[in-house]
Amino acid sequence: MPEAFESVYHVLGRDFSNAGKVSTTIKDTLKRLGISPAVVRRVAIVSYEAEMNLVMYATRGKVTLSVSRDAVTLNIDDEGPGIPDISLAMQEGYSTSTAEMREMGFGAGMGLPNIRKNADEFNISSEVGRGTKLFIRILPAA
Amino acid sequence: MKALTLADVRDLLSAEVLCGDDLSIRVSDIGAADLLSDVLALSQTGALLLTGLVSTQVIRTAIVTDLCGVVFVRGKKPGDDILSLAKESRVPVLRTPLKMFEAAGRLYMAIVEK
Repeated sequence: MPEAFESVYHVLGRDFSNAGKVSTTIKDTLKRLGISPAVVRRVAIVSYEAEMNLVMYATRGKVTLSVSRDAVTLNIDDEGPGIPDISLAMQEGYSTSTAEMREMGFGAGMGLPNIRKNADEFNISSEVGRGTKLFIRILPAA
Repeated sequence: MKALTLADVRDLLSAEVLCGDDLSIRVSDIGAADLLSDVLALSQTGALLLTGLVSTQVIRTAIVTDLCGVVFVRGKKPGDDILSLAKESRVPVLRTPLKMFEAAGRLYMAIVEK
């Protein structure tokens, strides 16, 4: 793993034409830093799922990428409606998506479970009417 | 199991190559989906995606999951915004007139019969 690196990216809710740009930028950045392809792929998938959730549901948010010698960490912090029942939102297939989201190929209730699946450490907290915070850490393969 | 290249895929599906210069790229796995959530959850590095969904998110999903290419089925023509993103990101894109079921079936037979 390389030296410490941190960068903050801003994502706008409903900005569907740019949705995913932050995640492909993060992917390029990690590749340039020399992170292994398997870790880069997992971070990119997690970041993209979170970015799509943010674009689909939140007003705005930021993604903070931190790279240390031991891990890649993503902190995703949005201003939005929040999640009333997190355990329900973590169930595969549970979704509050609209027809528009499903037409784009998302909103199947798989995003948060897939984020957790790809993360070595995962935490979610949410306040209804305020927003949602995700903490994701991915460790290099042993 | 026979390993296919993108050139084999083009021939098997009577497909048009919309972008991608190197058709010798080996296809390591193949999936068919209109749900990008499933691609994000299930795809393998180097897989080829058959899809009837046409949007820039298909290309972004291909970039994020390291797919080897995308085939749009049912003759769907992606817009210039989609193709320019694919070119910029070096994601090969093909288009076949076949329906998803037949396209997937032809590729499956080609892999298992050899």
